[in-house]
Amino acid sequence: MSDYLVQFNNISKFFGKVIALKDVTMKLRKGEIMCLLGDNGAGKSTLIKTLAGVHKPDEGEIIFEGEKIVFDSPKDALDIGIATVYQDLALVPLMSVTRNFFMGREPLKGPPFLKTFDIEKANKIAAERMGQIGIDVRDPSQAVGTMSGGERQCLAISRAIYFGAKVLVLDEPTSALGVHQASVVLKYIVKAASQGLAVILITHNVHHAYPVGNSFTVLNRGKSLGTYEKKDISREKLLSMMAGGEELDKLEVELKEMNRISS
Amino acid sequence: MSTKSKSIKTKTDFNQDERLKKVSNLKVLLNRPELGALGGAILVFIFFGIVAGDTGMFSAYGILNFLDVSANLGIIAIAAAMLMIGGEFDLSIGSMIGFAGICIAIPAIYWGWPLWMSIIFAFSMAVLVGYFNGILVVRTGLPSFIVTLAMLFILRGATLALTRLITGRTQVPGLRVLIENDPIAWIFATDSFKWVFTWLGSMNLITLRTDGTPLATGIPPSVIWFIALAILTTWILMKTRYGNWIFASGGDKNGANNVGVPVGRVKISLFIGTAVAATIFATIQVLDAGSADTMRGTLKELEAIAAAVVGGCLLTGGYGSAIGAAFGAIIFGTVSMGIFYTDVDTDWFKVFLGAMMLIAVIFNNYIRRKVTESK
Repeated sequence: MSDYLVQFNNISKFFGKVIALKDVTMKLRKGEIMCLLGDNGAGKSTLIKTLAGVHKPDEGEIIFEGEKIVFDSPKDALDIGIATVYQDLALVPLMSVTRNFFMGREPLKGPPFLKTFDIEKANKIAAERMGQIGIDVRDPSQAVGTMSGGERQCLAISRAIYFGAKVLVLDEPTSALGVHQASVVLKYIVKAASQGLAVILITHNVHHAYPVGNSFTVLNRGKSLGTYEKKDISREKLLSMMAGGEELDKLEVELKEMNRISS
Repeated sequence: MSTKSKSIKTKTDFNQDERLKKVSNLKVLLNRPELGALGGAILVFIFFGIVAGDTGMFSAYGILNFLDVSANLGIIAIAAAMLMIGGEFDLSIGSMIGFAGICIAIPAIYWGWPLWMSIIFAFSMAVLVGYFNGILVVRTGLPSFIVTLAMLFILRGATLALTRLITGRTQVPGLRVLIENDPIAWIFATDSFKWVFTWLGSMNLITLRTDGTPLATGIPPSVIWFIALAILTTWILMKTRYGNWIFASGGDKNGANNVGVPVGRVKISLFIGTAVAATIFATIQVLDAGSADTMRGTLKELEAIAAAVVGGCLLTGGYGSAIGAAFGAIIFGTVSMGIFYTDVDTDWFKVFLGAMMLIAVIFNNYIRRKVTESK
C-alpha cells in the first residue's frame, strides 16, 4: 500500500491545440499541506477543475488510497472525499449560516413523504462547527452576508470537512482577505490538516503559502517546475521561480548593461 | 502545529451572556421580509377604519367582499412570490388565467365533457405550460422575463383565436348548471362555514336580506384556497428541504449547483406552480361567474408581482416570503374595495398601487443592504 493518500501522476490536459497542463505530478500524504503556486495563466484553474472532476485529464492518472480512479463528474470526486472550495465559496449571502451550511444536504426528520428540514439539529451542528474554529456564531440564523470574508471562507471549509472531505482543494482562500483575516483562515487550514486531511492550497501569494505549507509545487505555463519539501527551498527561491525568476535575472543583467554604457 | 483556536472579534464579544433573548427576537422580527407588508396592511385597516368605519365596509358582507378580492389576487401572488424567491419571473400568469378558463369552458359546453374532466384538463394544460416555461428558461439560460413575456402573447393570442374558431365568439357562458352534482367543481365553488353565518343571522348579528337569510352566506372558496396556499407555501419555505433549495436557487444559482442543489428542477417546478395557481384562480372565477372570457386575467401577472414585491420579495431572487405576498395581496384587495366606501374617485387606485410598490422596493432594497453588509 502506498504511503500517499492521493497521487496525481503526469496529468495533462489539452483544449484543442492549447496545452493547458503538461505532466503535472502531485503527491499528498494525510495531514500534509501542499501549496500549488503559480502566476496568472499558469494553469491553476485547469488543474483545480481536473482535481474536482469538472475536466477529465487527457493523460495521466489519479490514484486515491492506492486505487486508480476516474471522475466522470464533480459529484464522483466529492463522493470519494475530494472537496473543492472555489473562490466564490458557494455561499448565498442572503441565507442564514445554517441554511448555507446544509445547502443541498439538509438533515431531515419526520415520517416518510412528510420529511421536514430538521432546522434545530442543523442550527446546533452549524453553531458547534463554527465554534470549533473560533467563530462565535451567536445566532446561526443570521445571514451569511453579515459575516466577514475570513469567516465566510472558514464556513465554506468547515462545511466541506463536515461532509466528509479527505482531500481539501482550496482555491485562493486568502486572496480577497486582509492580513488578520488571512491569518485566521491559514490557521484554520493548518488545524484541518493536523486532523488528518490532505490539503491542496492554491495561491499566488508565497507569503501566505510558505508558513503553512509542507511542500510546494510551482506551476508555470501549464508545466510543473517541480515539487519541493519546505526544508529544500527558501521563500525567496520560490518567489523567484513563480515570477519566472530567470526572466527577471536576465532583465537585471540587461539593465546593468544599459547603465554601464550610458555612464 | 498549533491547534489552539482564537476567537474572532465579533460585536458581542464584550457580552458573552447569550440570554439576551428579547433583543434578538425583536431583531429576528425586524429582519423578516414580510414585516413591511404586515405593517402596511395594519396601516390600511386603520386608515379605512377611520375613514370608512361606519359605511358598511367592515360589516360581514363588506369584509367578505374585500377578502374575496384579496384572496383571488393572493392565490397568484403567493405562487409568483415563490418563483421570485427562486430567482425567476412569470409574466404569463394573466394569460394563463384566460387560457385555463377557456380550457374548462369549451370542453364542458361544446364537447360535452363532464365538468370535472374539463377542470382536470385545464390543470394538465397548466402543468404543461409551466413545464414549457421552466424548461425554456433553464435550458436556454435566457431571462425568464423575456421567455414568459413571449408566452404572455402566445397564450393570450391562442386563447382568443381558438375560442373564436370553435365557438365564433370570445365568451363561453352556461357553466352554472353544470356545477351541481359535479364531483370536483364544489372544491372551487362552495361557500364554507355557512352555518356560522346562518347562526349569526338568526342572532341578528349580521345584516339580513328581506327574506330573512343573511346577506353574507359563507366564506368564499377563494379565501379558503388563499389561506391553505399561504400556510402550505410558508411551511415549504421554512420547514422543508425543497424550501431551502428555492432560496438557494434564487440566491446563487452556480453556488447552489456546486453543492448539489438541483437548480433546474426547482425552477421548473416553480414555473409549474405559477401556472397551476393561475388555473386555480381561473377555475374559481369561471365557476363563480358561470362563464369564461378570453380576456380574463389581463394584467394580473403584474398585480401578482407587485403584491409579491410589497410582500418583501427581492427582484433579484433569493429573498422573500409567501406570507408577505399574502399580506401584499390583502393590502391591494382591501384598498381596491375600500376606495368605493370613501369619497375618493376609484381612478386613484392605480396611483396608490404604483406608489405602494415604489415605497416597498426602496424599503426592500434598504433591508437587503442591511442583511448583506459585512461587519
